[in-house]
Amino acid sequence: MREAPDSSALSATAPRALRRALAPWLALILFLGVPPFIWPQSWLLAYLAQTATMIVFALSYNLLLGETGLLSFGHAAYSGLGALVAAQLFNRVGVPLVLLPLVGGIGGALCGLLLGFISTRRAGTAFAMITLGLGELVAAAAWTLPDWFGGEAGVAIDRASGAQWAGWSFGPAREAYALIAVWCLLACAALFALSRTPFMRLANAVRDNPVRAAAIGCYPRRIRYGVVVLSAFFAGISGTLALINVELVSAESVGMMRSGAVLIATVIGGTAAFFGPVAGAVVLTFFSVVVASVTRAWLFYLGLFFIVVVVISPDGLAGFVQRHTARVAAYGWRRCRAAYLWGAAAALLWTAAVVLAVQWAYAAQFGADEGAALVGTGALMGMGASPLGLGTTVLLLAALGGLSAHYAIRAQAHLAAMRSSATHSAGDAR
Amino acid sequence: MQSFVVNLLNGVSYGLLLFMLSAGLTLIFSMLGVLNFAHASFYMLGAYVGFSVAARAGFWSALVIAPLVVGLVGAALERWLLRRVRAHGHLAELLLTFGAAYLLGELVKLGWGLSPLSATVPAVLDGPLFTVYGAAFARYRAFMMVVSLAMLGALHAVLRVSKAGLIVRAALTHASAVEALGHNVPRVFTGVFAAGTALAALAGVIGAPLFVIEPGMAESLGSIVFVVVVIGGLGSLGGALAASLLVGCVQTLAVASNVSLGDVLSIFGTSLPAEWDALTLAQLAPLIPYLLLVAMLALRPRGLFGRRDEHA
Repeated sequence: MREAPDSSALSATAPRALRRALAPWLALILFLGVPPFIWPQSWLLAYLAQTATMIVFALSYNLLLGETGLLSFGHAAYSGLGALVAAQLFNRVGVPLVLLPLVGGIGGALCGLLLGFISTRRAGTAFAMITLGLGELVAAAAWTLPDWFGGEAGVAIDRASGAQWAGWSFGPAREAYALIAVWCLLACAALFALSRTPFMRLANAVRDNPVRAAAIGCYPRRIRYGVVVLSAFFAGISGTLALINVELVSAESVGMMRSGAVLIATVIGGTAAFFGPVAGAVVLTFFSVVVASVTRAWLFYLGLFFIVVVVISPDGLAGFVQRHTARVAAYGWRRCRAAYLWGAAAALLWTAAVVLAVQWAYAAQFGADEGAALVGTGALMGMGASPLGLGTTVLLLAALGGLSAHYAIRAQAHLAAMRSSATHSAGDAR
Repeated sequence: MQSFVVNLLNGVSYGLLLFMLSAGLTLIFSMLGVLNFAHASFYMLGAYVGFSVAARAGFWSALVIAPLVVGLVGAALERWLLRRVRAHGHLAELLLTFGAAYLLGELVKLGWGLSPLSATVPAVLDGPLFTVYGAAFARYRAFMMVVSLAMLGALHAVLRVSKAGLIVRAALTHASAVEALGHNVPRVFTGVFAAGTALAALAGVIGAPLFVIEPGMAESLGSIVFVVVVIGGLGSLGGALAASLLVGCVQTLAVASNVSLGDVLSIFGTSLPAEWDALTLAQLAPLIPYLLLVAMLALRPRGLFGRRDEHA
């Protein structure tokens, strides 16, 4: 996405570039807008609302990680404290619900002003550790201190209690979801506009070479501080969206689980592209809602998926897709077909093997409730629960996966050889 | 007053336990440049493996076997995963260890279940060592201090005196020159990573009888260890020692005290709402390491003995 303005400058390709730039926005609007009209169940609305919240959260996190190169382990502090400020003001002052995310954002930004001043005293690994400490501090304080978070119960709001707005009370889940979706899109648009500003370019400079950035007269620490505050603002908005969704802000809202989740979502999605974190947020909520409703092993799968992404494609899903679309565009689908089909087969077989093995292990450790999910996956093989049959199946699947991976690697090598010969001949022609 | 001496000793023994963890972390950080986020998970793994070994072969074999097993796991992580992402920079390595922490946590739950386990102390180490004014100092805590100090002395000696230590220290600063002399630097890295994780596992085996062995123990101790490392100054072993003792003593004394926040504030002549004044220091003890971190960063951003940041 970063090079979009440059490519649109070429007038011949302008309409196509515009279409490509608009496609992700259209996909996002369709994703958030269409399903509620087709399947208006409450769990779907809850799922989409969680996704919308996580999208804003991950995008705000990417201001730090992707744009400025600051790894934070305590980002949930801003979203949770922002939501807390919003909840207290909503209960005491009676801010209109429509404007509540803005209030939460300002609350988050104020926390960013305070905590960011401490954390941006260092950069790099030390920054990561300090944010971890500050995140733990806020989380521990939320548990211990009275009347901040209302103790263990948390602070609840009744979203229908405010003044009506255009005949909407926001009590029903549909109306609340509409508000969340609109705010999500607004925040995405604002973040996109922000990512095009000169300030963010300075942040990129600080990320890439702080010494040089300091030499041209921008003070790296001040830039980092500004980014932390901006990012805390959008984190506060996302926290308030979660507050509107579940009508509760508790100590879990500032907990380390949530800080870890946004880090995982952003990295899985990819930090280099604007829409990477969006994709990551969708994947993460898929794991934490859909997979978690099927099996308690979802954290294991999420951790494994995260490691696979970091090892295979450190620039995340967005980087992976970009690289491979570029390759398909360069060689044509027919030449790449073999490599991709074998690769997909290997991935599928290995996934099946891992899922079977993990479900089996969880069933053995945690008993019958996991057994149900295991039977669901194992029934395809007709294996039941015989350990020998299951073990053989897992080994067989893994071996077949290895075989496909072997062919995939061979096809890749073939493709690479073709590329090098192609570049040679192109060089000769020039 | 009489319990103060014993509390201080308890604090020192807790601080030394923290130092065993932070020493491994610092060792890995200064060698590989990567902060091992999964360090506390290796500590937890060590406690669990030690529990299983101790149940079959006794405490003393657990003390040897668990660090070896966990060290092998750490070496495997370094060899097969960490080395692959090294080309993508330190951020990717840190993220990998972050994912590994999740995975190790789940594996521990898978292997040993969710319910807390309690490790037993061998009979020789059970009971009080001595009593000061009626307050007893546990024999096990003394043993803990001895093991920590012996381990750290051995580590120091190996790094300073032996040839292997010479190679490690040289690889730290002049990796390519050491490689040109025919030493396998990647293998040195693997060895250091394994040694660091084995230290964490040893701390796990030793610390297990003091705490409960549960899947949440990595998170509860992990962030404190990271705080210790930052307070001491990243990459400084001496700083890690000082900060560990500081955090260990302050936290232990706070837990053992029965002073309330209101009492402390009344010294300064201020007061807060009644609910806040009623909070005891013991309740606030979990916050103390992080407050120390904030204070340290406000006064001295590079930590106690840290070097100046190149791009602060």
